Amino acid sequence: MAASDAVPSHSPGDNPPTAEPFDVVVVGGGVVGCAVARLLSHHQLSVALVEARDDVGAGTSKANTAILHTGFDAVPGSVEARLVARGYQLLRAYAPTAGISVEETGAVLVAWDDEQAATLPKLAVKAEANGYAHAEVIDAAAVHALEPHLGDGITGGMIVPGEHLIDPWSTPIAFATEAVANGCHLLTGFQVVGATAGAETTTLTAADGRSVCTHHVVNAAGLHGDTLHRLLGFDGFTVRPRRGELIVFDKLARPLLGRTILPVPTSHTKGVLVAPTVFGNIMLGPTADDIDDKGATGSTRIGVDGLLQKGRRILPALLHEEVTAVYAGLRAATEHSDYQLSAQREARYVCLGGIRSTGLTAAMALAEEALALLAEAGCTAMPKAADEVHGIRMTPLGEGRERPYQRGGTVVCHCERVTAQELEIALTSSVPATDLDGLRRRTRALAGRCQGFYCSAEVCAHAAAVTGRPMSDWMGVQ
Amino acid sequence: MSAADVVVVGAGPAGLGAATELRRRGVGRVVVYERELQPGGVPRHTAHLGYGARDLHRITTGPRYAAAMVRQAERAGVEIEVGRTVRSFADGTVATTGADGPATVHAGAVLLATGVRERPRAARLVPGDRPAGVLTTGALQQFTTLHHQRVGTRAVVVGAEHVSFSAVLTLAHAGCQVAAMVTPLPRHQSYAPLRLATAGRRRVPLLTGVDVVEVVGRTRVEAVVLTDGTRIACDTVVFTGDWVPDHELARAGGLPMLPHAKSPVADATGRTEQPGVFAIGNLVHPAETADLCALGGRAAALSVMDWLALHDWPTAVRPIEVRPPILWAAHTARGITLRVAEFVEGRIECRVGDEVLHRTKHRLWTPNRAIHLPLAANASTRILLSPVERLQ
Repeated sequence: MAASDAVPSHSPGDNPPTAEPFDVVVVGGGVVGCAVARLLSHHQLSVALVEARDDVGAGTSKANTAILHTGFDAVPGSVEARLVARGYQLLRAYAPTAGISVEETGAVLVAWDDEQAATLPKLAVKAEANGYAHAEVIDAAAVHALEPHLGDGITGGMIVPGEHLIDPWSTPIAFATEAVANGCHLLTGFQVVGATAGAETTTLTAADGRSVCTHHVVNAAGLHGDTLHRLLGFDGFTVRPRRGELIVFDKLARPLLGRTILPVPTSHTKGVLVAPTVFGNIMLGPTADDIDDKGATGSTRIGVDGLLQKGRRILPALLHEEVTAVYAGLRAATEHSDYQLSAQREARYVCLGGIRSTGLTAAMALAEEALALLAEAGCTAMPKAADEVHGIRMTPLGEGRERPYQRGGTVVCHCERVTAQELEIALTSSVPATDLDGLRRRTRALAGRCQGFYCSAEVCAHAAAVTGRPMSDWMGVQ
Repeated sequence: MSAADVVVVGAGPAGLGAATELRRRGVGRVVVYERELQPGGVPRHTAHLGYGARDLHRITTGPRYAAAMVRQAERAGVEIEVGRTVRSFADGTVATTGADGPATVHAGAVLLATGVRERPRAARLVPGDRPAGVLTTGALQQFTTLHHQRVGTRAVVVGAEHVSFSAVLTLAHAGCQVAAMVTPLPRHQSYAPLRLATAGRRRVPLLTGVDVVEVVGRTRVEAVVLTDGTRIACDTVVFTGDWVPDHELARAGGLPMLPHAKSPVADATGRTEQPGVFAIGNLVHPAETADLCALGGRAAALSVMDWLALHDWPTAVRPIEVRPPILWAAHTARGITLRVAEFVEGRIECRVGDEVLHRTKHRLWTPNRAIHLPLAANASTRILLSPVERLQ
């Protein structure tokens, strides 16, 4: 994945310059925080993005259903509905320019009993209320005609042609890379554990003793957003992680499905969907379990078995294909059904809390919202001149376009056909991969069906050679 | 477009065995495409004895065996092109890409010899965390043999078939203690002497009747949990065996697959449903030893030459039908190879219609182990393998 040549040299994890306080520090390098940092970097502001992990996009943002939602099923009038609809337009326009793969496959929402079928007209009305005019209720025969491999027992459906697939890995990385290209300081491994508010500035201290001083703070800390919120002296929401387990099937399953198959949603969850991915796999999930542990990203027997049972009904032939990956992500759900956005003028603080699974779609709209809330909190920002703003372009990871190996290169990861040159770019970019997971998200290396049987040693050897770090480091050997 | 008499996909034992034989018998241009940068296939990183008995007539190590196979092929005038990925084959045209970009070659015959892999943890649906330290034998042996890395200090080996004991040996050589071998079956599925020489003499406990049901550890493996709730502390888990063919190219090319084995249907000399397209080695029978793959490749060579000279092809290549507990059966140069799902006692019968072609002795059949029936069977006919007088 390539950053443009315009990216200045920068080492994440460096100590920040301490002389001058930043205008804004964004806490949280997930897709929302990265989108905010990107937009702020287009303004005449000094900005830092701090992230607790060693990489951006490595938490909730890496484990989702990878769909760019129209927002047709949001709660009309909610903040979420407004920002998903706006974010959908923004990201759909931005993605192709930045090299983020998107595919407009559309979706079909499928009813499996009469009760569900009866709710379809209401969903169509809801879609209209959300400003989405292209949803259309169809009968069971029409659903089968669209997707002949679906299981028996369909009672009706609704097509949502505007639903897209998107590469969820590249999105936060593209935002962060562009932010860095425009002067944003990226501080990784910076887990905020303390906040001291002075008259004009706030000092955030990290677990490792580093600190940053800033005029304004944007809370995009996701799962830990409530902790930071309290650290800064505020209350009002508590994050209770909602775990979503997902199963990714072999690319050989891709011909079974043309578009995303959505279930009829409930108030708790959008339900279990079956969707193609831009990488050419088929994904089944997610589950929705409210849990207490913000680190519990493991999958469970019950979760996996439940998904397989649902998958067998939705797309029976899918179960004959090999499983490539099983993983779980944690959505930052709260006791409120809507996003928790606020601006605090006294504290020079903006909170973007309670962003659940729609955060990927809404991220760029949330960035606009953050800018407006920063103004409310006393931070006015002048945009940079157009010629001072650097765009970036990554190498698209999706199957929709020609991939680098097709033009020539030494393939290292054979299942996903990742070349040595792509690994090198990912390891030396301005927002580089620091571990195998980061390398996987930037190149797809090790994300394929063999899960490293053929290439894990070779990938580690390449990473070691390019970075000078020992191979055991990359292998995770302690 | 360049042209070759024969294109072989994969420079492992089967591919090199076939290519060498073709050249020795006078076929003009034989090109082997290998996607890795070194030819030789899986034996390249299996650094212990056990290779070459039936084809080289000596026992050697995997890397030496691989080197010998490559040498033989090169001496015979086989062109081995490494770092080249075959993307498709259709109507005698093979499309590839490599360091210098895409290329196509016209081939008189195409031999698919893309091999097998072990089912990784995710494909076995073992839930839990996703820490570092979860390997397959293939990955383990590449880390240790090719890159001289230490993989961990205490491992659990999942599986108890031949390759599982190979993993135990590799771990021991790499200085990693083996806390346990785990199999859901009631006994191990290898040969007693192999077990003794590897796990036995190192006093590795073999836990039978249990499986790993969870991997624990957020950054590095800390433990595995077994079916019975037992927790074994370890920093490494090696998922062994449970072979699945690397069949992407074969499937993309439209070859029908055998259920369960997920391998392309082929006759004893590798002929598939598509004239001029052969499938050989462990792609067809997941998995056999390297020497048998090489011998299978050699046997296919004669059939390839027939095709090149006469363009003669069987009217039908049918899959062998099986009844439980037989999982699958495939033709090989030596007869029929099959697998059973569980330890089972009795006879196995092979029929074509009402005619009994072969009936085995009454014996105990072992799962996850190659079972050979020494009979030549015509793949154009409907063959049924079924157990008779199944006891136990």
